[in-house]
Amino acid sequence: MALLGLDPKVVATARELAARAAEPVVSIAKAHTTVAVERATLRLAGITGADSTHRAGDVPWVNRVIDAVREQCGLEHGVVLPAFHALRRHDLGSLTELAEATAAGQVRFTIPTGKELTAAKKAATGAVAKGIRTIDRNRVQRDKLVAKLGDPAQRPWIYLIVATGDIDEDVVQAQNAARAGADVIAVIRSTGQSLLDYVPEGATHHGFAGTYATQENFRIMRAALDDVSKEVGRYVRLTNYASGLCMPEIAVLAGLQRLDMMLNDSMYGILFRDINPIRTFVDQRFSRQVHARAGIIINTGEDNYLTTADAVDAAHTVTVSQLLNEHFAHEAGLPDHLLGLGHAFEINPKVPDSFRLELAHALLARELFPDAPLKWMPPTKHMTGDVFQGYLLDGFFNLAGVLTGQSILLVGMMTEAVVTPFLSDRDLALRNVRYVLDAAGSLAEDFRPAPDGLIVKRAHQVLGEAVDLLERIVADGLLNAIADGTFGLMKRPADQGRGADGVVEKAEAYFNPASEMLEAGA
Amino acid sequence: MSRYVRPYGDTTGDGMVQTSFTLPVPFGPRADGAAQQLANKMGMDPAMVVHSHPIGDDFTFFVVYGSVKHLVDMDEVRVVEREYPLLSPAEVNTTVKKVLRRKLVVVGGCIGTDAHTVGIDAILNIKGFAGEKGLEYYRELKVVNLGAQVSVPELVRRARAEKADAVLVSQVVTQRDAHILNTQEMSAAFREAMGDRRPLLVAGGPRFDPLMAGELGVDRVFSRGTTPGEVASYLVHAMQEKKGVAA
Repeated sequence: MALLGLDPKVVATARELAARAAEPVVSIAKAHTTVAVERATLRLAGITGADSTHRAGDVPWVNRVIDAVREQCGLEHGVVLPAFHALRRHDLGSLTELAEATAAGQVRFTIPTGKELTAAKKAATGAVAKGIRTIDRNRVQRDKLVAKLGDPAQRPWIYLIVATGDIDEDVVQAQNAARAGADVIAVIRSTGQSLLDYVPEGATHHGFAGTYATQENFRIMRAALDDVSKEVGRYVRLTNYASGLCMPEIAVLAGLQRLDMMLNDSMYGILFRDINPIRTFVDQRFSRQVHARAGIIINTGEDNYLTTADAVDAAHTVTVSQLLNEHFAHEAGLPDHLLGLGHAFEINPKVPDSFRLELAHALLARELFPDAPLKWMPPTKHMTGDVFQGYLLDGFFNLAGVLTGQSILLVGMMTEAVVTPFLSDRDLALRNVRYVLDAAGSLAEDFRPAPDGLIVKRAHQVLGEAVDLLERIVADGLLNAIADGTFGLMKRPADQGRGADGVVEKAEAYFNPASEMLEAGA
Repeated sequence: MSRYVRPYGDTTGDGMVQTSFTLPVPFGPRADGAAQQLANKMGMDPAMVVHSHPIGDDFTFFVVYGSVKHLVDMDEVRVVEREYPLLSPAEVNTTVKKVLRRKLVVVGGCIGTDAHTVGIDAILNIKGFAGEKGLEYYRELKVVNLGAQVSVPELVRRARAEKADAVLVSQVVTQRDAHILNTQEMSAAFREAMGDRRPLLVAGGPRFDPLMAGELGVDRVFSRGTTPGEVASYLVHAMQEKKGVAA
């Protein structure tokens, strides 16, 4: 039920402006490919493993192939044509054999023509279709398990992070968290993984403040959560991060291993990891197409803006980013029910009426995106180390979450900004959530902000400011707005940032069966 | 469980603890340094003062995290474990009826100047504590609650007059060890007046340690969080022991 009385015309204007702002970026994304998109495509086609003899340590085979193709004939036609042409010409049995031969310097990559082109296209399409079918099967399997075991009994779903650096330890912590009431487990990644231009291989045990995202780690954790799901009688979802320089590949691995949610923001990498804007938008579009296919809920990262900018002054930038994320997601084929748009409880508690302002912002998001599973993020910026004050703040965060109908609640830790949470901190945090849910879980039923009160007025004001900003972005261009520091106060020009050299303009004859299948939904 | 254990923060053996305290020192870098020093002396090394804020001009509050060096030797842990089975009120009643063939008489009160009856009331009053009904609820128990500030001679006199099987005293105030001295005075008075025929003596209060029974001269000490059911079960258990010895 609508409580804010938002003007449908203003809302429609906001969406229209977001679409207009996004349009040129979508065109750029369609016109380019990246090394990461091509690697993701080959992973769909079945390549696995790593070159363990390389002097730089384990280098995934897919990286060796892409690098060789790029060097010898360029990537503007896509990797699959030269790769599958070479496979056939050298009479090799699999992409992994091709990679080994490539590493040994035995393969010459060329762009096929005529009949050979047709043959390469056919072989590539068949191989990629197999990968897509695996993703489709996983989606069906998830639906079956949810039907059998059930979804969490309550909204919001309770989302907990584990991060030990060792996948085996993560399994223990994740299973215990599920038993203690967590509905969604996020395995946070090792510091710095977003800047690696390859996906590490195998089970890993030595991450820094997090555990590497690898296909094997995904498999191990999903299997562990399947076990505990049966035990607790509800389907426990698994989250990881499709972000950074390997966004499309990690999206593919998530689809292949039945992950359920992925952090996947349209601008986070640009702003907070200084990744090249074009690289990000190209990678993001492909990864979102994969997520749409896999039925994976994306989580966007608007909460991060508020950790750098002021949560009151910059409230409208969150709304703008949500609208842009929504448009980019729709454009890539994601329906509303897979859009975990993010926002956060980050207003300085010393600001008068801070809780009312939080309610206004949270309700605005709720009413702008009524069918999206919104992700509600806990306070971090104003967690000072005073764990007692922090625990209270988390209680209010939980209350705002239930009162405004948020869908996914990331459990706040009172040790935020102090240490990695103790076992006991996680337990206390869950008790906090449980208390608020039990005491006030249905309070929304009685909650009617006064039509001319501060909450309603504030929501209208933020939406108005968002429309103004979108108008400026449309006039200026989204890439220029990003370059000027509009979001999170970071200035990121379109021709700079990490991974820019991995962007390739597509040739007229570019071929990528994955893109075609994902685009068509076939 | 291994014999030697350390606190568990987020990995086995990390020894991590969190503590908070206030020092009578004005807020500032010197205050943080002082907190650091205290934490180090408490065995926290390294210690991180993660938060401090002033409380008025003269005090500072701290939150400190750190790893403690100490080990706990589980073999050296000494506690009083419950030596009797927990019974339901119905079981208590049946047992009393079967063994005594009369009601079990309980006299209780706060002795000395202590006026805090919350403890004795929680155990004796029918309203009870922590979801359990008090001893008054038990059909086979006769409860005489003398309330607050009962003198020791008065307590002995009433216990004798009521033919008490058990005397329960509660002590909350601990200034200058009043709880210990009062209880010792009480147990001495019962021994002197009644010798071996004295009733069962039970002391309770939040600052009592169950290990202190001998020192206090009583049969049993109950500490923080004790519920009426535990006391009733103990009384039945002690009564059976006594009967067994007598028989």
